[in-house]
Amino acid sequence: MRSKGQIEHDETDVADPRELEFQALIDSDQRIEPRDWMPDGYRKSLIRQIAQHAHSEIVGMQPEGNWITRAPSLRRKAILMAKVQDEAGHGLYLYCAAETLGVDRSELIDLLDQGRQKYSSIFNYPTLTWADVGAIGWLVDGAAITNQIPLCRCSFGPYARAMVRVCKEESFHQRQGFESLYALSHGTTEQHAMAQDAVNRWWWPSVEMLGPPDTESTHSAQSMAWGIKRFSNDELRQRFIDMVAPQAVVLGLTPPDPELRWNEERGHYDFGKPDFEELRRVVGGDGPCNRQRAAHHLKAQEDGAWVRAAAAAYATKHPAASAAA
Amino acid sequence: MTLGVAGAAAVYTLRAADDCLVLSHRLAQWSSWAPTLEDDIALTNIALDLLGQARGLYARTAELDATGRSEDDYAFLRDEREFVNCLLVEQENGDFATTTVRQLLCSTFQLALWQSLTTSTDEQLAAIAAKAVTETTYHRDHATDWTLRLGDGTAESHERMEAALATLWPYTAELFESDAVSQEASILGVGPDPESLHPEWHGYVTRVLGDATLVVPQSTWKPSGGRQGLHTEPFGYMLAEMQHLHRSFPGVTW
Amino acid sequence: MSEETPAPLWEVFIRSKRGLAHNHVGSLHAPDAEMALRNARDVYTRRMEGVSIWVVPSAMITASSPDEKDSFFDPAADKPYRHPTFYSIPKEVQQL
Repeated sequence: MRSKGQIEHDETDVADPRELEFQALIDSDQRIEPRDWMPDGYRKSLIRQIAQHAHSEIVGMQPEGNWITRAPSLRRKAILMAKVQDEAGHGLYLYCAAETLGVDRSELIDLLDQGRQKYSSIFNYPTLTWADVGAIGWLVDGAAITNQIPLCRCSFGPYARAMVRVCKEESFHQRQGFESLYALSHGTTEQHAMAQDAVNRWWWPSVEMLGPPDTESTHSAQSMAWGIKRFSNDELRQRFIDMVAPQAVVLGLTPPDPELRWNEERGHYDFGKPDFEELRRVVGGDGPCNRQRAAHHLKAQEDGAWVRAAAAAYATKHPAASAAA
Repeated sequence: MTLGVAGAAAVYTLRAADDCLVLSHRLAQWSSWAPTLEDDIALTNIALDLLGQARGLYARTAELDATGRSEDDYAFLRDEREFVNCLLVEQENGDFATTTVRQLLCSTFQLALWQSLTTSTDEQLAAIAAKAVTETTYHRDHATDWTLRLGDGTAESHERMEAALATLWPYTAELFESDAVSQEASILGVGPDPESLHPEWHGYVTRVLGDATLVVPQSTWKPSGGRQGLHTEPFGYMLAEMQHLHRSFPGVTW
Repeated sequence: MSEETPAPLWEVFIRSKRGLAHNHVGSLHAPDAEMALRNARDVYTRRMEGVSIWVVPSAMITASSPDEKDSFFDPAADKPYRHPTFYSIPKEVQQL
């Protein structure tokens, strides 16, 4: 039961015709565009989410980039370089989407470097062997795609459009990971062991990557109402497990979850409970690589400052270069 | 592993291949370290072009030297003394100015080489060159744009460019060295003697450096030896890193 | 840290193939027009997405305001005679 005060409060809220119109657009599955009126909370929530998504792409370059100089064949080297490059591209598309909401990329990057905005916890784990590159492609990109496909229909136009582009480009990422892991698991005993070890280490972090359970997710309900989120964390997690569990069989690799089995009745795979305490620790800053990733990103930013300053100085000195080329 | 039946054409092609692979590897080391996201993407594009060029050239080398080696055999199973790239491409990345100068010097050389190779009597080389010309034109434009911006940007960027030029310029002499292999290749019509590419290279590079308010350094020191497999010390570390995984699992499929 | 002024934002338009118009694909940062064009090539045409690129400083775009959308666009709503479907044509005429 709501008190009278609350009802009155609600009535003043809905009295704003702009908010009504905004919600009506979302409810009729239309897109909100940058110059449309939008509630402050919607804007803030989107900036936070898109920035975090962009940061994840950028920091995500590090664990895989770690193997570019050691890729075991020229073919794999080319694939990995192209993949890590795509991540830079995806980060860029996403920063641009965030910028339509009135923030600048450099502000967001500062917030990342100051530890005030987060990136996906998954990138705080180390890539210890070559098989980790395959496992990331298969599991981490698999989880990312599960999360991203519904975002192509997100209510905010620029975010949805960026995601369409990202998803289109990402279709090769999971495939190359699967292919690489498949080659290992069907290679020598040592290669197979390397692949299994990687899956053992990346399985649970990937399952946790889809976020805390619905019972604990803080932003979910409002994000759903605003059409930013279309499915709950647990729904997405189930979808992810249902996708990768049968693929693991084809790979000949065993996920480290003794409870993973097909449930005929539910029409889904059952699976064990992820260690969300661990997720909280890693998100909180105590994962194996949090400090390393942050220091790397900050150093790259600082090392590049003189270059950006030089380019700006040149543009001022040579306005011709700034005119249409 | 020895060079096998090391005809001049094979060695000539292998030199170009090694230049591309080593430079590609160095540029790939920039991934996630570039000054902006846009540049990170651009440097990787260039590295990928070079890697593609190297792979094409290794495939052709394998036919020319009749060893039937794979591209990975060339890249991962040769030791330092068997690599015949020039010293300039193996120089470490340093700061963005060093990489920019290295790119200007290398890509200008490579573009002149590719342009000339489009008329090679070796049809496969000519085909590889035709594609590489468009790619390398872009590499040179990219390096030119950055040379102008850093040379004529701030006092700091200008100083860094001067320092980079002083470090790298001596290594350019080696690019144009003529020897028995290059002379033979030239006579066969396989490709130009690098000596002949110098005027064009020098003209372009000095013009760009001048526009960038930079002075061409004078150097009496002209380090050389790369084409005979005599490299600089950091190159061994680069190879060790690049080759260790491949060599740890001999003969497997990746 | 960032006392540095961020490089200007540019909107990128790409013609995906001959015969089609340039379409807006996204934006990027660059210190000047030449670099913007170069960056656009690297960022937005990695998969052969284009044959021609335009870059425009984002600040140079004048946009209609969403608040004015009624006065801008509604007047077009009551002029159905601008559309071919408004007209009825005898059945005997197969194509017109």
